[in-house]
Amino acid sequence: MDNLTTISSTILTSFLASFVEIVEAFTIVLAVGLTNTWRSAFTGTALALIVLAALIMVLGPLLQLVPLTALQFVVGVLLGLFGMRWLRKAILRASGYIPLHDEEKAFREETETLAKQRGLGRADYLAMIAAFKAVLLEGVEVVFIVVAVGSTHGLTLYASLGALLACVLVIGAGLLVHRPLARVPENSLKLVVGLMLTSFSIFWTGEGLGVVWPGEDFAIVGFFILLSAFSAIAIKMLKSSHVTVLKEQTL
Amino acid sequence: MKILQIIWEEFIGMFIDDGALALFALALIAGVSLAVKLAGLDPLIGGGLLLLGYLAILTEGVHRFAKKKRG
Repeated sequence: MDNLTTISSTILTSFLASFVEIVEAFTIVLAVGLTNTWRSAFTGTALALIVLAALIMVLGPLLQLVPLTALQFVVGVLLGLFGMRWLRKAILRASGYIPLHDEEKAFREETETLAKQRGLGRADYLAMIAAFKAVLLEGVEVVFIVVAVGSTHGLTLYASLGALLACVLVIGAGLLVHRPLARVPENSLKLVVGLMLTSFSIFWTGEGLGVVWPGEDFAIVGFFILLSAFSAIAIKMLKSSHVTVLKEQTL
Repeated sequence: MKILQIIWEEFIGMFIDDGALALFALALIAGVSLAVKLAGLDPLIGGGLLLLGYLAILTEGVHRFAKKKRG
């Protein structure tokens, strides 16, 4: 096994996936902080982080009880469902069938909702809940990715490092610009993460079934290249059919 | 309890967006697993089938969505 390949791909996958999720959570927390109070934003975020930490403390020891082959299989299956969901959506977004995720729009909508609630007596509480939910929901995905990507090779620490790096980068950039990170190419990142997670999934599900992949861990790179080529062709074909439909509609 | 419900719903939503895609993927994995473990299929061939199956499921998933959108 090439340790460097495994470690670097684990950190990179965890970093990219977490980056996308944290950008989305940051948009809402920022909206809460700017529209309501920073106290509500930080309290909601802190409470969500406590729940997520509890989740990790329960999940971590539980996973250690599962035999490695079974763990690889289960993680492989779950990553397959998760990765293919991201990949499908990213392909459809890249080809124009689904609108791209717009952080500015999400920020605007959240700000409007919070502004409407400002007159209510429980405005601080509602704002805190908005921050709490955003961090919790995006955080659950980050926890799953870190645990799934890290657990099968005992690299949870490296996967956590990737997520932490993403967290520091997003918060740092966000505090610097003081606005949603709308220029992050979210869909391209989601496409890459979808490709990586699906590649890991095929590898681990196979290993769980007793497959000895040619090239061992390098097989993951092979799957990634194959899936990338497939996605590029799918996007190109879907794009051209979408353009044809749009042209027919305008005529 | 509400927090647990939110987490649970989010957790399920992470894997199931397009129900048919999730169902096909699970059916593929179950089929390949049975073939390898019970019918004695070479695991490497099983792995290959898994890869091809994933590509086929993705193709069907995006094609179905695009077709529906085109009307």
